[in-house]
Amino acid sequence: MDILVCVKRVPMSGGRFVLTEDGRDIETKRLGFTISPHEECAVEEAVRLVEANGGTVTVLALGVSESAEQIREQMAIGADRGIVLETDGAEWDPQATADAIASAVQRDETFFDLVMFGNESADSSGYQVGIRVAHQLGLPVVAGLKSVSVTDGVVRAERPAGTGKEVFEVPLPAVVTVREGLNLPRYPSVPGRIRAKKKPIVVHEVSRPPARLNKVRLELPADQGKRVEILGHGVEAAPEVVGMFRKIGVIS
Amino acid sequence: MTLVYIEQSDSGIDDLSLQALTFARSVAGPTATLTEAVTAEVLGDAALESLRRQGVSTLHVLRTADIDGYAPAALARGVAELAQQRAAAVVMAPSSDHGNEVMAHTAAILDQPLATDVLSLTLGAPATVARARWGGSLIEHAEVMGEPLLVTLAAHSVEVAEVSPAELAVLDFEVTLRPLDAVVVASKVQGEGSSSINLADAKVVVSGGRGVGSTEGFAVLEELADLLGGAVGCSRVVTSAGWRPHTDQVGQTGTKVAPDLYIACGISGATQHLAGCRTSKTMLVINNDPEASIMAHADYAIIGDLHTVLPAVVAEVRKAQSP
Repeated sequence: MDILVCVKRVPMSGGRFVLTEDGRDIETKRLGFTISPHEECAVEEAVRLVEANGGTVTVLALGVSESAEQIREQMAIGADRGIVLETDGAEWDPQATADAIASAVQRDETFFDLVMFGNESADSSGYQVGIRVAHQLGLPVVAGLKSVSVTDGVVRAERPAGTGKEVFEVPLPAVVTVREGLNLPRYPSVPGRIRAKKKPIVVHEVSRPPARLNKVRLELPADQGKRVEILGHGVEAAPEVVGMFRKIGVIS
Repeated sequence: MTLVYIEQSDSGIDDLSLQALTFARSVAGPTATLTEAVTAEVLGDAALESLRRQGVSTLHVLRTADIDGYAPAALARGVAELAQQRAAAVVMAPSSDHGNEVMAHTAAILDQPLATDVLSLTLGAPATVARARWGGSLIEHAEVMGEPLLVTLAAHSVEVAEVSPAELAVLDFEVTLRPLDAVVVASKVQGEGSSSINLADAKVVVSGGRGVGSTEGFAVLEELADLLGGAVGCSRVVTSAGWRPHTDQVGQTGTKVAPDLYIACGISGATQHLAGCRTSKTMLVINNDPEASIMAHADYAIIGDLHTVLPAVVAEVRKAQSP
């Protein structure tokens, strides 16, 4: 089976964000880049499915040309080829992103049996690109999965729902979006990293249509810098904690 | 008119849906004066009464022929048809798994933008929203060029409020399905009746990070959680190290919690983690580093080694609880 996994290059967030002077973006000068943990799990799962069933894994990223770095990292754990839909770095809204990915899927030389996404991107968290792509391609889609298996052309998938779970059976070709916890992604091996350097990445330039969800500016939330009451140092603070528990009503 | 997609819980309307209904009433502008609700579930009397107390004028119950179970594309087809037929100005859902999924399908069907995790909405030309990015570590102000406006409300960003009960009409709405709408249908499997408290619903969460140091280190966190009737959580470092299962992870890619009390032990406070616990009512931090970034989010803190502080806290709580 041939699988496409869509990923997004995002800054590594760490402890707190610093904004650019115009307040429109995160200052990324001192930050590394990565993909969402959901997407790492999507690639790992795709590689496992291909190890079990044969086929190929392609990783696609819409973003700046350096998105190829994130694709190479995923090639080191087993992805076979890459597609960069290269932008000038401006924000693409979910509709424009989905349009560009759907048309890249349609014109690609490979017919993909399964198209995978993270449940939501790490940065803009729109929860929608995978679902929009499925509608454009006329494919069924299930979101937020924590378990995926494929037997005889049918995806059996599960996700938690309250204390139970929801189970789906969907015929291929299909689109799925997955969550961290689906698997524990492997670390890339040295031979894996070497092989990754030789794997093909194609680049298509794409131009951005006008945004219909148009980011104007960013703001740091007000809760940063809340005033903290120090109850004490070390074990001496324990009685104070009980007083606080009583005050907020967690013990009587 | 604002159309709100709602879901039911064991005790009535689910809490995130009530938040969305409360928010719907507060949306500014002349066209948003009425709230109507849409669901595919059969609602009990308690649920109908709480809709009246949310000022809902009409409840539309989606009828989807032969489908038995949650079918996101079919529900979205109904929401989309209803939004057009009722000329809804705003269509809203809580930012829950189902809410975001149904709204994403609705947006794809209507070919309209969807703003998720919205914190505020101002109608106008264009309409503007504030929405959570990075799980709430950043706020984005954005324009939405959509008709109707499609949004999901960030969880726990609104306190549920009620109004004096209004007249509620309940109408069936027959959905005209396309073949693909009926392909994805969930079979529900109930939990195994475990007696432990669900992390997402716990009133108290005792959470551990890198500082806990090992699987065994969580024993004292479990002890405190038991005493307080709470659940144990952890940070992403902990699940990556294999000390706890991923189901215990609190964070942007784990479970999002909003308990009355969140106790963060040995957690530095990466944005990934705070995304899962920032709406907790009270946060107590136990950490030996007074400069840790989580301190900026704490209401109370103990500066010290969690391995000595937690046993002392457990002993004090036991003493306080003994008759």
